[in-house]
Amino acid sequence: MKKGLIAFVIFLGALTAFPLIFHDPFTRHTLIMIMLYAAMGIGWNIIGGYTGQVSFGNAAFFGVGAYATAILLANYGISPWVGMLVGCFFSVALAIIVGYPCFRLQGHYFAIATIAVGEIMLLVFTNWGYAGGAVGIYMPILPESFMNFEFHTSKLPYYYIILVIFVAALGVCRLVEGSRLGYYCRAIKEDPDGARSLGINVQRYKMIAFSISAVITSICGTFYAQYVLYIHPTSTMDLMMSIQLCIICLIGGLGKLYGPVIGAFVFIPLTELTRVYLGSEGQGVDLMIYSLLIIILAIMRPQGLWAIFSKGTAK
Amino acid sequence: MEGVFIQTLVSGLLIGFLYALIAVGLTMIFGMMDIVNFAHGDYLMVAMYFSYWFFVLFGMDPLYSLPAVTLLLFGLGILTYYLLIKPIINAPMLSQIFVTFGVLIFLRGLAQFLWKVDYRMIPQTVLSGNIHLGDVYIGIPQLTAAAGAIICNGLLLWFLKKTRLGMALEAVSEDKEAARLMGINSDRMFALAWGIGIATVGVAGALLTSFYYVFPEVGANFGLIAFVVVALGGFGSVTGAFAAGIIVGLVEVMSGFLIAPQFKFMFVLALYLAVVFIRPQGLLGKK
Repeated sequence: MKKGLIAFVIFLGALTAFPLIFHDPFTRHTLIMIMLYAAMGIGWNIIGGYTGQVSFGNAAFFGVGAYATAILLANYGISPWVGMLVGCFFSVALAIIVGYPCFRLQGHYFAIATIAVGEIMLLVFTNWGYAGGAVGIYMPILPESFMNFEFHTSKLPYYYIILVIFVAALGVCRLVEGSRLGYYCRAIKEDPDGARSLGINVQRYKMIAFSISAVITSICGTFYAQYVLYIHPTSTMDLMMSIQLCIICLIGGLGKLYGPVIGAFVFIPLTELTRVYLGSEGQGVDLMIYSLLIIILAIMRPQGLWAIFSKGTAK
Repeated sequence: MEGVFIQTLVSGLLIGFLYALIAVGLTMIFGMMDIVNFAHGDYLMVAMYFSYWFFVLFGMDPLYSLPAVTLLLFGLGILTYYLLIKPIINAPMLSQIFVTFGVLIFLRGLAQFLWKVDYRMIPQTVLSGNIHLGDVYIGIPQLTAAAGAIICNGLLLWFLKKTRLGMALEAVSEDKEAARLMGINSDRMFALAWGIGIATVGVAGALLTSFYYVFPEVGANFGLIAFVVVALGGFGSVTGAFAAGIIVGLVEVMSGFLIAPQFKFMFVLALYLAVVFIRPQGLLGKK
């Protein structure tokens, strides 16, 4: 345990010092994306990894966070930080509305239902004029400031904001893992009927896990909207994004604290590198590599890469 | 107005038969081994590219290359089973989901890599043209596709209910242990189910290529529709899938006609949710 803490402090120190040593915008951008996806992966891991409810609709929360922020800022000039809270509110509301009926479904039925919900959200936003329709929303360009959540000259402030979000997500996940909620979630994953017979309110704890997952993902959506300053339905709530979150967790290790972190560190650089080096010629190559990776992992080693790192020290 | 209504009804019916054919393989595989093939729609995409390339490279019309495409997809199904599905047949559901999802991502990535994201279409096929009955126009490719789907589904039903091999397949799907005691090799039956399940998608893809664009993501919507059909018909029910395909086709075009075309797919998805919440066993499924 102590060794783990030291490793974490070194990791955090390295992440903090990194952009001060490397000024090149591309590496900074890559790290920002890694931390963004790691945070979202942690969000997915809480419901998908720990609780065992495979959600293919988590991108919907990302979209809700991004859209709440964008609509409030572009139409009413309200600060993105308020938008972040509003986004969280709507994401939790969505998690409850969707979760309430869907969590009665088992396995495949649940997974397909989340795809259906995600696609319905995509269609609604694509056809909703108020939210910019298929074109999406351009953020108004405001003076650089923390309150405005816009920085134009350097990526550095964005880097530290996402670092805080990422570490906070990791902290929340650590808390969940060690709490009664975490034990209940793992019990639900292993044996839902057994958990119920021990008096655990299965439905309720699934909902709580889903809501936490929704909040983390929604905050990431707000960050993304302010980082890219332009959002549209397919960039924020595509099924492919939900799938990427699952891939990240599976690569790293389902239901493991650092699983999504490892997953994001493997996944995002691969995507960025194939995009840069192969360009449009290499379109699809990154997808082929991951798919092979997840097929092999799912067949040979369902515990993910984390199991390889932690071999010997596994609890 | 009435003419438009009938026109819509007819086109919904025609596409519904095709949906049934796409879904039938999915439900068969699910019924036999409790595995949902998330990549089902993407095998359709592969079949459509095969048809397309048969046309471009050898000048073969999709209708004439249909047997070849079906055979290729049959082989692909068998290969998928032995390579990927057999190792995870008793694995936790999570692994099963990720393996078939991996196939989905792989096939889409491969198609993007090989053929880019362009939309391709065969300009002139032997089936081009319309027939009209009164006010109603019916495209010959669509009519042929529906007829082909009915024939293929009929053959499949006959095979499952009347032949020894088909009955063995049904027996494994009913009760694996009992079938094994009767001397049925369930492993070979699973492989056969994958072969047939993917081959039916091959037929559907070949029929579809006569009037539909081919592009790497083409399987996404058809795959989702297949899930809706399977859920509505009852997971594992071949006859259920047939009835449900027609219902889904009608729901799609009627909601497009009565409400708004851009939302028609939403109603199809909402139908899935309604079914799994209200009647999880579907129309004809076993509980």
